[in-house]
Amino acid sequence: MEDRNVKIHVKNLKKNFGSLEVLKDISTDIYEGEVVVVIGPSGSGKSTFLRCLNRLEEASGGTIIVDDMDITSKKTNINKVRENIGMVFQHFNLFNNLNILDNLVLAPNMLKKCSKGEAKERALKMLEKVGLVEKKESYPSQLSGGQKQRIAIARALCMQPDIMLFDEPTSALDPEMVGEVLQVMKELAADGMTMVIVTHEMGFAREVADRVIFMDGGYIVEEGTPQEVLLNPKEPRTINFLNKVL
Amino acid sequence: MVKIITVYGSMLLAAMGRTLLLALLGLFFACIIGLIFGMLGVVKNKACNIFSQIFVDVIRGVPMIVLAFFVYFGMPYLFNNVIGGFNVTLTALQAGTICLALNCGAYMAEIIRAGIQSVDIGQMEAARSLGLSYGMAMRKVVLPQAIRTMIPTFINQFIITLKDTSILSVIGFPELVNTAKNVQANTFMSFQTWAIVGIMYLIVITILSRSAKVVERRLNVGR
Repeated sequence: MEDRNVKIHVKNLKKNFGSLEVLKDISTDIYEGEVVVVIGPSGSGKSTFLRCLNRLEEASGGTIIVDDMDITSKKTNINKVRENIGMVFQHFNLFNNLNILDNLVLAPNMLKKCSKGEAKERALKMLEKVGLVEKKESYPSQLSGGQKQRIAIARALCMQPDIMLFDEPTSALDPEMVGEVLQVMKELAADGMTMVIVTHEMGFAREVADRVIFMDGGYIVEEGTPQEVLLNPKEPRTINFLNKVL
Repeated sequence: MVKIITVYGSMLLAAMGRTLLLALLGLFFACIIGLIFGMLGVVKNKACNIFSQIFVDVIRGVPMIVLAFFVYFGMPYLFNNVIGGFNVTLTALQAGTICLALNCGAYMAEIIRAGIQSVDIGQMEAARSLGLSYGMAMRKVVLPQAIRTMIPTFINQFIITLKDTSILSVIGFPELVNTAKNVQANTFMSFQTWAIVGIMYLIVITILSRSAKVVERRLNVGR
């Protein structure tokens, strides 16, 4: 692992909301092509950690370096960095005023990543990848949760990012729709995408993750391979958490 | 009734025209004021938010008739006599337009601010996460959704503003109410005059709200 490129370097990251300290001291490196799954009880700061990685939340302290760019610095053009970091949200957040195809081509067209024709072509290819080409004229309100989330993934991929962040992508889905979304994510992982995933899907973590990070109380309590963290946890807090969820 | 229509009909229609002109001018500038102060109310800047809120509170807290007297008589007096050295005169139409624009603009600012804030924050976050700037995200994603929710309240505000033009009869602008007062004074037919004026307002406002409904329905595609 050490000979691979570091994609995201996080050093002593802190984040508070007013007097509430959500992240106390987080340091970790995420390598190119690595799939990192972040688990932990609610309120442990895992979503906040993820949202700091593309500066949806501004860090209160420490540094985050993405592809050699310090995104905690005010001088960094965060919009440029975000073009390379896709994000998928718990509540999908598809643009309700646009149909599916327009959801996918909006950002590539606005940011002039390619010609309009290419953007549309790529959008259709991505829709094919997530198995929803026939929905291209539909509006978000006409889709099921699982379909929305697959579209949300396709939308992020249309920007051709090298990193994908997933913030509890299956938590708002009916159980029978979780599988279709995880399937798309597995394929993405198999393609070599660098992924950071906050999830409660332990089976998925065991199967897909290269590394599992367990967070609690604003700290990384334990990290390692799924084998180490999920099956042979050392820390009492990890054991306690896994006993509750497994 | 027939006598009023045959003798004064064209005069009342012309007055209705001036009422509409005043309302349209007022609404036009109100939209600009509303958009500016509405945006100042939502941007991430405390000073802008407070500035916007003060404007809205001040205008909302003053009756329109007072605002009309203040703009028409008070402002020229301030410049010409208190500060001195100016020679400001406002026509009734100019003062009326300023007055309507300020009054309606303050309410529009609130409608726009509330409309933008009613759009789920996730829409903005998703747009920003793709690399769009705040302005792009606002223009392409948030505002189109906000405008849909604003339309019914906008229409309501347009109608109120159209009716508020009647208040400006106090500064002598010859809009419909002011003209009708003259008709009544000439004919002594109070019931007939005010019934005709009432019906004229009713017809215009009904046409306005009906056509607005059509627009609203068209904009609701894909919801």
